[in-house]
Amino acid sequence: DQTMSYQGKKNIPKITSERLLIKGGRIVNDDQSFYADIYIEDGVIKQIGDNLIVPGGVKTIEADGKMVIPGGIDIHTHLQMPFRGTSTVDDFSQGTKAALAGGTTMIVDHVIPEPGSSLVEAFERWREWADEKACCDYSLHVDITHWNDSIKQEVLSLIKEKGVNSFQVYMAYKDLYQMSNSELYEIFTFLGEHGGIAQVHAENGEIIAEEQNRMLEMGITGPEGHVLSRPEELEAEAVFRAVTIGSQTNCPLYVTRVMSKSAADIISQARKKGNVVFGEPITASLGTDGTHYWSKNWAKAASFVTSPPLSPDPTTPDYLNTLLASGDLSVVGSAHCTFSVAQKAIGKDDFTQIPEGVNGAEERMSVIWDKAVVTGKMDENMFVAVTSTNAAKILNLYPRKGRIAVGSDSDLVIWDTDATRTITAKTHHSAAEYNVFEGMELRGAPMLVVCQGKIVLEDGNLHATAGTGRFIPCSPYPDFAYKRVKARKQLAILKAVPRGMYDGPVSEFSPMSRGGTPSASTRTSPTKAPARNFYQSGFTLSGPEEAPIRPAGRRIVVPPGGRSNITSLS
Amino acid sequence: MSGTGYQGKKNIPHLTSERLLIKGGRVVNDDQSLYADVYVEDGIIKQVGENLIVPGGVKVIEANGCKVIPGGIDVNTCLHKPYLGTPPVDDFYQGTKAALAGGTTMIIDHVTPQPGDSLLEAFEKWQEAADKKSCCDYSLHVDIPHWHEGVKEELDQLVQEKGINSFQVYMAYKGLFQMPDSQLYEAFSFLKELGAVVLVHAENGDLIAQEQSKILGMGITGPEGHPLSRPEELEAEAVFRAITLGNRVNCPVYITKVMSKSAADIVTNARKKGSVVFGEPITASLATDGSHYWSKNWAKAAAYVTSPPLSPDPTTPDHLHSLLACGDLQVVGSGHCAYSTFQKAIGKDNFTLIPEGTNGVEERMGFVWDKAVAMGKMDENQFVAVTSTNAAKIFNLYPRKGRIAVGSDADIVIWDPDKIKTITTKAQQSALEYNIFEGMECRGGPVYVVSQGRIVFEEGKLQVQQGTGRFISRKPFPDIAYQRIKYRNKVMSKQGVSRGMYDGPVYDIPATPKYITPAPSAKTSPTTHQPPPIRNLHQSNFSLSGAQIDDNIPRRSGHRIVAPPGGRSNITSLG
Repeated sequence: DQTMSYQGKKNIPKITSERLLIKGGRIVNDDQSFYADIYIEDGVIKQIGDNLIVPGGVKTIEADGKMVIPGGIDIHTHLQMPFRGTSTVDDFSQGTKAALAGGTTMIVDHVIPEPGSSLVEAFERWREWADEKACCDYSLHVDITHWNDSIKQEVLSLIKEKGVNSFQVYMAYKDLYQMSNSELYEIFTFLGEHGGIAQVHAENGEIIAEEQNRMLEMGITGPEGHVLSRPEELEAEAVFRAVTIGSQTNCPLYVTRVMSKSAADIISQARKKGNVVFGEPITASLGTDGTHYWSKNWAKAASFVTSPPLSPDPTTPDYLNTLLASGDLSVVGSAHCTFSVAQKAIGKDDFTQIPEGVNGAEERMSVIWDKAVVTGKMDENMFVAVTSTNAAKILNLYPRKGRIAVGSDSDLVIWDTDATRTITAKTHHSAAEYNVFEGMELRGAPMLVVCQGKIVLEDGNLHATAGTGRFIPCSPYPDFAYKRVKARKQLAILKAVPRGMYDGPVSEFSPMSRGGTPSASTRTSPTKAPARNFYQSGFTLSGPEEAPIRPAGRRIVVPPGGRSNITSLS
Repeated sequence: MSGTGYQGKKNIPHLTSERLLIKGGRVVNDDQSLYADVYVEDGIIKQVGENLIVPGGVKVIEANGCKVIPGGIDVNTCLHKPYLGTPPVDDFYQGTKAALAGGTTMIIDHVTPQPGDSLLEAFEKWQEAADKKSCCDYSLHVDIPHWHEGVKEELDQLVQEKGINSFQVYMAYKGLFQMPDSQLYEAFSFLKELGAVVLVHAENGDLIAQEQSKILGMGITGPEGHPLSRPEELEAEAVFRAITLGNRVNCPVYITKVMSKSAADIVTNARKKGSVVFGEPITASLATDGSHYWSKNWAKAAAYVTSPPLSPDPTTPDHLHSLLACGDLQVVGSGHCAYSTFQKAIGKDNFTLIPEGTNGVEERMGFVWDKAVAMGKMDENQFVAVTSTNAAKIFNLYPRKGRIAVGSDADIVIWDPDKIKTITTKAQQSALEYNIFEGMECRGGPVYVVSQGRIVFEEGKLQVQQGTGRFISRKPFPDIAYQRIKYRNKVMSKQGVSRGMYDGPVYDIPATPKYITPAPSAKTSPTTHQPPPIRNLHQSNFSLSGAQIDDNIPRRSGHRIVAPPGGRSNITSLG
């Protein structure tokens, strides 16, 4: 039902100035839907409207009333991720192809520097890999795997010079990536000051380590040990703690991989209390659950191993889709991180050694359409928001990405709401030999994908070229997160109470004793030998400054700051 | 309104076998109220009922319709806790006097050893001090200032031989008492095996330390720096974490000093989800708030310094009372820890050095009556529950304490719901020169207090003798906490999935992996000695969809892959 008329140049889709006219589509942005034609030139949307005047020689695509949406942004991938001397089976070429096949036209990959190594060097390495192979535009998050002053400088240069605005820290992986509360506080403070987004992997690594030991001691070595040692309340606990630290430091918080109902609930509640926090469920947590860890097929069970784990509660995906629809969760990533069965088998005798990661880049948009939109939970505009627009806003790429508007990048998708496909490892674009969504029937799929103004998916055929993806720098202080943070900073200035000096007697004490309230600083001057006899003092707290006794409410109302200025005891 | 008729022996209240008959009162326990007389002999309740047959020469107290309630149990006092070498001004004598004057006939004090001290020695020191001075029965909690292997033996001894069943751990006081999560996990695991109740001081000490240096750095050195550096969400965070730990270990958790609405809400939510957790608001958090930290009178502001701090939110006391009334919070302590202004002034230039603690042992029961019962939030039975019975149950003193019943200790209070009193420093028993509740009116108070079968408070006058208080030893595994734990232990045992060995190809890891999933244990068998895989994976006809039982069933509506935990097939090889 969709026809295309080429005027010359067929099968040469990669020329620089391809011109495209998409006719008769219904444009769906996160705020509204409307019928209009779209004219694209040089990879940018030039015109939107009816009866556009366009040059000759333009390729025309008839959308036939189908939805035209901004291309998806997969805000969380691990392509070509190094692991114990090898790397994930989907490199930047394979992974972005899978993304494009699913309607995603931009990915944001995680740079994971080895603890102790340079963040900037790791970033440059990832840039090289991606520039060489990526088939669509990309950005990078940088994970902070250890913390000291030189890392601070690197973070600053990544923000100011390299186009990175989001950094992930880990609350799990004890003795490897895990940060202490004090380090988290310092990192959040630093990022909050410089306009970064603090992403957290939220799980309590201390307790996980204890639970892992316990499971192994009980003789549980299979993949079910993974989920048993990482129960969802450890995820919820860490989310709660991260929210607390974010709120203390006034830093926007982004929770990667929301996998459980309880973790999602913490985010919902925090948002209701006004915290600037974003939650990212992933394809797997929206599309499947953790019952598979008990599969008798080791390889199948291991293929679901990811952290935080999928919840064994089968009502989880439905619940997360609902919160996504209501806006309590903000954005959907895939956390696509694929290992072969042979790689997973490193942990065949010990679940703690199983490399973690699931697929999902290709299935991401269809899973949401099928589970949320088709079921009537979510409307098409919200679908665009959670698959694309919100990510663009958080990354400060909006409206260049995440919107169909004049001047925006021409990354767009004609979405076929009626298409149905069955997910299987046999036909997916990932190099992994399994698929955690195997056998699922999903409604909704891209019919045509335009990336950088070029048609890359058409009639089920991919025409992607490795190396065409560009690095898109993200600038700090995205409005979506920082408008509120900035306003709060101005309010949060604390003031001391102006009081005269306390000049009463001071108890002698043993300053070296360990028995005191711990002091963050030792700037106290111990006063010795009180001159006055305390017991002769006429001081009482109920002195002249007290408010009168009120029989009705009987509250002692003393306004902060009080009224009198009694500073001596006599 | 109530009269006393002595038949001889007046003014000799400390006779061993005093006999008392309390007539015409309304006996109020946590489960019911009834009009009955109570006969007491040898410090024990011998009879409860009407028309009791009692021997002659019995002292009769006419209760005149007042409430006859179990004496209060104050589960949180610090009457012997030194600060930088200086003792609190209310010791066991002064403090228990104040307790009795307020209707409390038993206290549980905190033994607070310093890191490195022997817990046993500290316990004995406390016991010695209390035996010498205490005017009412007492027991002791022991705080664990530092977790290490050696402490386990001492804990075991304290539980098995010394009659201690509750221990406090700290999530705050970084570099001093604070334990990291892994130590808390170990401590919880160990204490649970002993059948003890874990008391938690719940505040995030790491973040407090950061906030303290930030606030000192801003030049804020006065008492307002105390609540500013300890915002209530740090309390809520720690409560949440403590409960998570308790759930994982399957160990009862008792939160001492619930000071804020958000911390109380976390306890409430956790209880709704089935966690075995108890919450203890204190007199100060139930009767006043943290707005006073901003007082221009330094000494007054400092008087309120306690941790977690009083919440500056003035709606806090009301909220906490509501939760006490509905049972979401269980026990009211006083957190009584009295340091004079002279001692508080150690922190005059730096709020982090102000010794922490507020008064409240005398005012505890009165304010619960005044703010919860008199306001119609709480009934008299729940009043008894939160001031006495629940504490007795949680710390395994029930029904010896916490109940008016035959065989129980004769710790009894005759409570006048209409008595009105204004709190003033002059009238208080505490040796402090201030009172944080100064000027507040309080409805409800004791007319008579009977402790160990003797009248110790009568017509506003105390007749106490130091050293009469006995140490009450407590057994582990209190039912109210451990019945559920025991059942859960049985159902929580985990089982692995029985699978054949995976015999497919295994990726060969380089000898010195730098990039690894962290392994807490080294008991994995290195796969490097694995024979090279024989099969070529890419020629394998394995697919995950192939043999799964559920793949053939078309599911149009839900599209869920339903695989029951454990599945049914037993494919273990890839071939």
